[in-house]
Amino acid sequence: MTSSTKQEIQPVTISFTEELSPGIFLIGFKRRFDFMAGQVIGIAIRKDDARRLYSICSGEQDEEISILYKVVEEGYLTPQLSDLEAGDTIWVTPPAGEFTGTPGPAVWVAAGTGIAPFYSMLRSGLGKNKILLHGNRYLEQFHFYDEFREVLGDNYTRCCSGENDTEVFSGRVTDYLEEQENLDPELKYYLCGSTEMVVETRDILIRKGVPFENIISEIYF
Amino acid sequence: MPEYLFGKTLGELKTVGQSLGLPSFTGNQLAEWLYKKEVSSFGEMTNLSKKARTMLEEKFHIGMAPPIDVQESVDGTRKYLFPALEGKYIETAFIPEKERSTVCVSSQVGCKMGCLFCMTGKQGFQGNLSSGEILNQYRSIPEWKNITNIVYMGMGEPLDNISEVLKSLEVLTSEWGFGLSPRRITVSTIGITPAMLEFLDRSKAHLAVSLHTPFDEERRKLMPVQQVYPLKEVLNEIRSWDFGKQRRVSFEYILFKNFNDSPAHVKELSRILHGIRCRINLIRFHPIPDTPLESPDEETILQFKEKLNSRGIITTIRASRGQDIWAACGLLSTKRLAEK
Repeated sequence: MTSSTKQEIQPVTISFTEELSPGIFLIGFKRRFDFMAGQVIGIAIRKDDARRLYSICSGEQDEEISILYKVVEEGYLTPQLSDLEAGDTIWVTPPAGEFTGTPGPAVWVAAGTGIAPFYSMLRSGLGKNKILLHGNRYLEQFHFYDEFREVLGDNYTRCCSGENDTEVFSGRVTDYLEEQENLDPELKYYLCGSTEMVVETRDILIRKGVPFENIISEIYF
Repeated sequence: MPEYLFGKTLGELKTVGQSLGLPSFTGNQLAEWLYKKEVSSFGEMTNLSKKARTMLEEKFHIGMAPPIDVQESVDGTRKYLFPALEGKYIETAFIPEKERSTVCVSSQVGCKMGCLFCMTGKQGFQGNLSSGEILNQYRSIPEWKNITNIVYMGMGEPLDNISEVLKSLEVLTSEWGFGLSPRRITVSTIGITPAMLEFLDRSKAHLAVSLHTPFDEERRKLMPVQQVYPLKEVLNEIRSWDFGKQRRVSFEYILFKNFNDSPAHVKELSRILHGIRCRINLIRFHPIPDTPLESPDEETILQFKEKLNSRGIITTIRASRGQDIWAACGLLSTKRLAEK
């Protein structure tokens, strides 16, 4: 979704950029403002461009603010973003959004780069009592596996739809959820990903007895 | 892919003429043929030179297409199905009433917003409609000459396709276009703040905002957009906007049984809308497959309306039209998709 609010936009200098796996980048700049894990910022290459919203993918106390993104070949922003290097300038809006982490027990369900807000929550000390389902097409796309695994242990399930491995569930997160018989209806379920993933996951959860009031979604518009 | 002319603004049509080395007035002539007269081919554009018509035919298509299916309700409402992107469909509703006739147009194929109560969202998002595809829904239905009002409330979130929606509004309301009054047009949004401000700035059409509950916590369970564009921010922007005397802002409110139909909701609505000259349209919920939501009974709906009215908020209940043919927007095209 594009954004061009009257919010103050400011230039920041890129401190690092890294292609984590083909087409998936992590880009960062020195943290200049506080935020709550799960919030988004608007990003633009030039000051007057429409801004696009991205979840922050770093902890509240980390020195740098990171953004995880996938290059959309036909897109406007991400192909240009992937050409930038450390030292280049981008424009960012202050953090906003209400998809923020809570300390209580919850289930996090992410697809692709929808992992970003949950990684931010993990790094901000909100990983305790959480169950994480993360879906990707390829094994190499589970970028933060070690850190999630260290905190969540067996409560971290990787769902891989394009490759098989003995340590992952073969299929999408929705396939995994379809197979579950005892989803806890009392837990909060936080979903982040594409519209299709969120809508399908929400339908499955509701069908399996989770009240819609316990489902909170963030869509990558 | 051929380039389509229908839906282009006057400025764009002039550029087309210039690109072919045609006289500077060709753009105006094209606008007149496309939006004032009823032609279906370049050959009928008789005030263009034969050479110009040939050049246009070689490089462009007019870009109008008739609906491929129609369903008619017992109440006279008709729902048209138009082909859109490859193998996908969009829906358009024609709603005749005593003193006016409204067409409800789609702005996207599918939708990204994922609202819990919406059937279109279950299709996911396939793409934006062009200005021409939006306008074609108005111009290519048989009743188009009788249409008095246009509402952008069909499939998709109009303000997530802001540039094409604004172009279509320019064509609809310009003297060189269809020449309709912007006061006959309403654009609906779930509240994408930046695009809403752009729309308010660049158009004079009415604004309708999908509200559905005054409480943030409830709204984010119904509408994921609340996470990034909170209602409070949307209302603050509306409150500070000068709508003038003619332009109208309204709030759409679908009533859900035991969720957003309590006296507390009336009280909170009254509080958050304080200072905004507006009206509320209450909408009966027509359940979609697998929904956990239900519609309250008629008595509850009437009482909700009366309580809002007694608090000084002009509130109406939208007449349910075409229930026997659509039940919910997006149902027809989703069904057609499933058949494929």
